[in-house]
Amino acid sequence: MPNRNKTRWYVPLCAATLCGALTLTGATADEFTQADLERWKTQYNIVVAKGENLFHGGLQNKNTVSCDQCHPNASNTHPETYPKFQQQLGRVAELWEMINWCIMNPLESQPLAADDAKMIALQAYIKQERRGVKLDPGRH
Amino acid sequence: MSNMNRRRFLKTGGAVLAASSLPLSLVEVAFGKSGPEDFSFAYLSDSHITQIKGKEFVRNWDRGLIRAVAETNLLDPKPDFVFYGGDIAQLGKPEEIDHGLEILSGLRYDKVHYVMGEHDYYLDLGEHWRKRLGPDHYSFDHKGVHFVVLNSILTFDDWTHKDWRSPMQRMKAMARLDNPKGSPFMVGEKQREWLKQDLGKVDKTTPVVVFSHSPIQKIYKGWNFWTDDAEQVQALLKPFKKVTVLYGHVHQIQYNQIGNISFNSAMATAWPWPYPVSFTQKASYLPKLTVAMNRADPFFERDATGWQFVNMTTGRVDVHYVLPDNENRVVAFDEKLGHPVDTRYQPLTKRIAPQTHY
Repeated sequence: MPNRNKTRWYVPLCAATLCGALTLTGATADEFTQADLERWKTQYNIVVAKGENLFHGGLQNKNTVSCDQCHPNASNTHPETYPKFQQQLGRVAELWEMINWCIMNPLESQPLAADDAKMIALQAYIKQERRGVKLDPGRH
Repeated sequence: MSNMNRRRFLKTGGAVLAASSLPLSLVEVAFGKSGPEDFSFAYLSDSHITQIKGKEFVRNWDRGLIRAVAETNLLDPKPDFVFYGGDIAQLGKPEEIDHGLEILSGLRYDKVHYVMGEHDYYLDLGEHWRKRLGPDHYSFDHKGVHFVVLNSILTFDDWTHKDWRSPMQRMKAMARLDNPKGSPFMVGEKQREWLKQDLGKVDKTTPVVVFSHSPIQKIYKGWNFWTDDAEQVQALLKPFKKVTVLYGHVHQIQYNQIGNISFNSAMATAWPWPYPVSFTQKASYLPKLTVAMNRADPFFERDATGWQFVNMTTGRVDVHYVLPDNENRVVAFDEKLGHPVDTRYQPLTKRIAPQTHY
């Protein structure tokens, strides 16, 4: 079984590489400091602020219509209910698909990829404004 | 709603109202006073006409106003006049106000009364609006009812005249509904003094109808569903037997009763706004009386937008909400209960799921 031999070599090599990388950065997977937490929170807040800006006219769409015109404070977006059956699409959809629906229709612009940094920022802002509301996927 | 349906609706509604108002008319006659005549007027609001560039405007908002104007022209019997509740423009530009007024010029009515909205005001402090439409506060009498128009979207001078980079920066700051650095609306001392003088000449039994852009009551400050000096304005209206405040700004169905004053909102022709309860980070105070409009379905462009016609029967108001892609609603003053009610959905048992906002 030639494959088994290959695997046997691959695993120790891979482990050795990982160990080397971890030693170099000094990181231990299950430990983090207060400084780490603060940095991560700062990074998150930067993305939320970017999302807030995009939500309030920062998408540069030609017709100038912005998300907040219908959704002040990102209200009436119900991020906690996704994924859910979206009756207008006839299938279960995720929040980012509905954001794209708004970008394509009232905003008359081009959709964003699911992993586009702008799409992630928009969702960060929407969820930040809805913080504390319990998850309720599937709710209409 | 088709024209035939509306005719039928109006005729039936009128007959029911005439019958129910009969005893009250008799009481007024017994006191030796002739009551106000019944009449109706149309009520459009919040079109937010938006210039993209040159002669290009946002199609969606144009369509809302065009449709409302066309349907208002079909009303039969024809209302006596039209009220416009404010926010013709989105960013107060002369081009937006002019384009909106061009669409509104399609109204086949002798008189259209206009209320100033914040989107009409904060670019040039209302200069172009006043040039086209005249004063932003005044009163008039019509068939025994005293009408008052107020500019309720003023704010602190310090905010209006602070060190803005440009008038457009100020306009955009106020146009952003959820701006944490916004400023509360108010009627202001000068207009309140004028109102006091104006109402001083009016008999206390005369029905009074006040038009403002913002609600002259406090619902949610964060979005200016709010007038900061609401209580002081309400105090001036208190001596009158029948008072109704009609307002725009909120893009949704709201109604309330505070003492002698009934409140009714107008729908927007442009887009709907969420009820403040759906912003969960802050407390808000939607009147308990209000049965909410249905949650909007964004896939229907005109859903949860609309316009109104208003029947004035013995000095009280019945607001008929004309709601495209939705069932129409009627909010009418109930003489027995002493406040406005939704004629179909007011009892808790009659509410439907789409009226739940969260």
